[in-house]
Amino acid sequence: MIRKLALSLLGVLPASTTKADWALNMPKGITELSAETYDLHMMVFWWCIAIGVVVFGVMIISLFKHRKSAGAKPATFSHSTTAEVIWTAIPCVILLLMAVPATETMIRLEDSRDPDVSIVVTAYQWKWHYKYQDEGVEFFSSLARPSLEARTKGSGVDPFAVDNYLLDVDRPLVVPKGKKIRILLTSNDVNHAWWVPELAIKRDAIPGIINEAWFRPEETGTFRGQCAELCGKDHGYMPIVVEVVEPDAYQAWVDTRNDDGAQVAQLEN
Amino acid sequence: MSSTAADALDAHRNHDDHGPAKGIGRWLFTTNHKDIGTLYLIFSLVMFFAGGAMALVIRSELMNPGLQFVHPEFFNQMTTMHALIMVFGAVMPAFVGLANWMIPMMIGAPDMALPRMNNWSFWILPVAFGLLASTLLMPGGAPASGWTMYPPLVLQTGDAFPFLIFSVHLMGLSSIMGAINIIVTILNMRAPDMWLLKMPMFVWTWLITAYLLIAVMPVLAGAVTMLLTDQFFGTSFFLAAGGGDPVMFQHIFWFFGHPEVYIMILPAFGVVSEIIPTFSRKPLFGHDSMVYAASCIAFLSFIVWAHHMFTVGMPLSGQLFFMFATMLIAVPTGVKIFNWVATMWRGAMTFETPMLFSLAFVFLFTIGGFSGLMLAIAPADIQYHDTYFVVAHFHYVLVPGSIFAIMAAAYFWLPKWTGYMYNEAAGKLHFWSSTIFVNLTFFPMHFLGLAGMPRRIPDYSTQFADFNWMASIGAIGFGLSQLIFVYVLLTAKKGAKATDRVWEAPRGLEWTVPSPAPYHTFTTPPKARVEQESFK
Repeated sequence: MIRKLALSLLGVLPASTTKADWALNMPKGITELSAETYDLHMMVFWWCIAIGVVVFGVMIISLFKHRKSAGAKPATFSHSTTAEVIWTAIPCVILLLMAVPATETMIRLEDSRDPDVSIVVTAYQWKWHYKYQDEGVEFFSSLARPSLEARTKGSGVDPFAVDNYLLDVDRPLVVPKGKKIRILLTSNDVNHAWWVPELAIKRDAIPGIINEAWFRPEETGTFRGQCAELCGKDHGYMPIVVEVVEPDAYQAWVDTRNDDGAQVAQLEN
Repeated sequence: MSSTAADALDAHRNHDDHGPAKGIGRWLFTTNHKDIGTLYLIFSLVMFFAGGAMALVIRSELMNPGLQFVHPEFFNQMTTMHALIMVFGAVMPAFVGLANWMIPMMIGAPDMALPRMNNWSFWILPVAFGLLASTLLMPGGAPASGWTMYPPLVLQTGDAFPFLIFSVHLMGLSSIMGAINIIVTILNMRAPDMWLLKMPMFVWTWLITAYLLIAVMPVLAGAVTMLLTDQFFGTSFFLAAGGGDPVMFQHIFWFFGHPEVYIMILPAFGVVSEIIPTFSRKPLFGHDSMVYAASCIAFLSFIVWAHHMFTVGMPLSGQLFFMFATMLIAVPTGVKIFNWVATMWRGAMTFETPMLFSLAFVFLFTIGGFSGLMLAIAPADIQYHDTYFVVAHFHYVLVPGSIFAIMAAAYFWLPKWTGYMYNEAAGKLHFWSSTIFVNLTFFPMHFLGLAGMPRRIPDYSTQFADFNWMASIGAIGFGLSQLIFVYVLLTAKKGAKATDRVWEAPRGLEWTVPSPAPYHTFTTPPKARVEQESFK
């Protein structure tokens, strides 16, 4: 374990199966807003570090210098209006410096006007249903077979031997790169939440309510997330996989899906 | 004649000084604040171990990926029960127990203002938790929808559902009665000359906490009652199909839930504000501004509730309001931390166990405060929400926050309660092992959350394995460390005899009575002593 940890810290442990890299920090993600979110996160983090260095620094100096065993004699002061005004005012200024960029990002996050693609996401216990509003494509997306077989108690399958254990689905959501994609979220039963860290989107799916969120992916690739609102016993088993592809490949995918859909419709007739 | 009169006077005095009743009746029918305080503290310790055992079930399952010990439905029951028991059974009763023991002695009152109600507010608790614990044996198992009880999921609870609601009602009743008692005692029974701003910080923070309790426990009772009628009487408060709104429950719940957070931390602030000056041999820095800061935190706690809900889809203006209001809390909280540091500055510190726990409180609660500030930033919160980052945050403010303060208080006042010094070496061992393991448990959770692990899941993808393993080792170590505390309690009367003042430089009326504190204290108000003993 310790060896594994040390090796992973050095980044030299070869991955035996396909899985996400071991990470310490929030991903920067693949959208402009996910990068902004990451920057906000890091900005507040560094402010916290700076404040921590000062506060803990003073405290640690005091712990060493002002101890009875070091011969310290207690002072008797019990207040100082100047000091108190200063350490009330400075935090206010720091908060203001944080609030301005946070507000700007927040305003952009909520602007879901003029989307290129709209997808209705309906949550079920315990899978997702995707419906592309204008393309006529719809399907369920649930936990992939290998994870499903490994996940039960006493399955005898080593999770480390499963590719993307618990983070793989049978049918991923496919979206085109560079387009503004709006998702409309609702639920068929209880509250769920649709979360993909790389897109910096987490939005609740609530029965009777339609929530909106949007993203514009700047990179192609496969991005994984999970349900993020407790939704019953299989809450841990309803992952989300988003595949970002070039617009041409996306159009081709929509066409094949439509053919498939037409065939299914014919069969059903 | 005169000798008869003297005898009568003696008999009267004997009546006044009678000790506790004998046998179990002493505890069942007691109206003595010290007995009731002891009952609360013992109850809370038992609940601490019950909730801790559930935490160990959770951490054992999460030690490695894959399901090893429990099924997902039982895992969810454990997370739910762990939270309910720790919040309502361990942390809150521990602080009420400390309030019962110490507030009358700190303000020079003979007892709590409403002693019979005091008895009742304690004895409701075992009933409430008996009901709650019985659900573990019911068809469908214990509640598994999280302690937040969000509908519609909570309505899928089995036979446990009405028991959950009624036990929450009872806990609320107990808290409200306790809070009324504390307010009436503090406002009416202070020794002459103890003006409000002369009160010790522990009394102040409890006064504010008690108002918070009275304000929000009825709100929780209302929310769960609406759940009850939705389930059994055909109403649709929270059911979209009937015209209700599932999100409204979250608003009402967190209107209770956020002040509840401060209910669990303000008394801890009070405890630490008593201990740090004692062992720094210096008065508390900025007593009055500490009072204003605590009041300010209490006020703000009512207008920040929706920061628990940045992902539910509120209007932009609402999100911005709750973001700004939440960030503001950092200001009064910062004042508190700076004042503690200023109290230590140029003091003459010694490091007995209560001081060690208080110092760890200041360090580690501040770390919880930092992650709290990060969580206030709404766009970033969208990434943090419902991940292990949040789990790390609230455990940092609750475990090395509230619980360390409770431990500090127990060590600080134990000699006053028992009349003997506890085993200092064992106390220090308890402190160091608790502090090391609490960080091993909860610090890696920050990384897990940032890397994308949601909370409340029984199994996880393999990239989260290493940190989960570390956290589980830490949790087992932390659990075992608490057995040292039990050892300290069991051997509490084996140490040296405690003096009345116990410590070198304590301030406050509680140190003017003998150790152990007699069954009845301050039957006459300690007027003359207030001036020299109070902090000013």
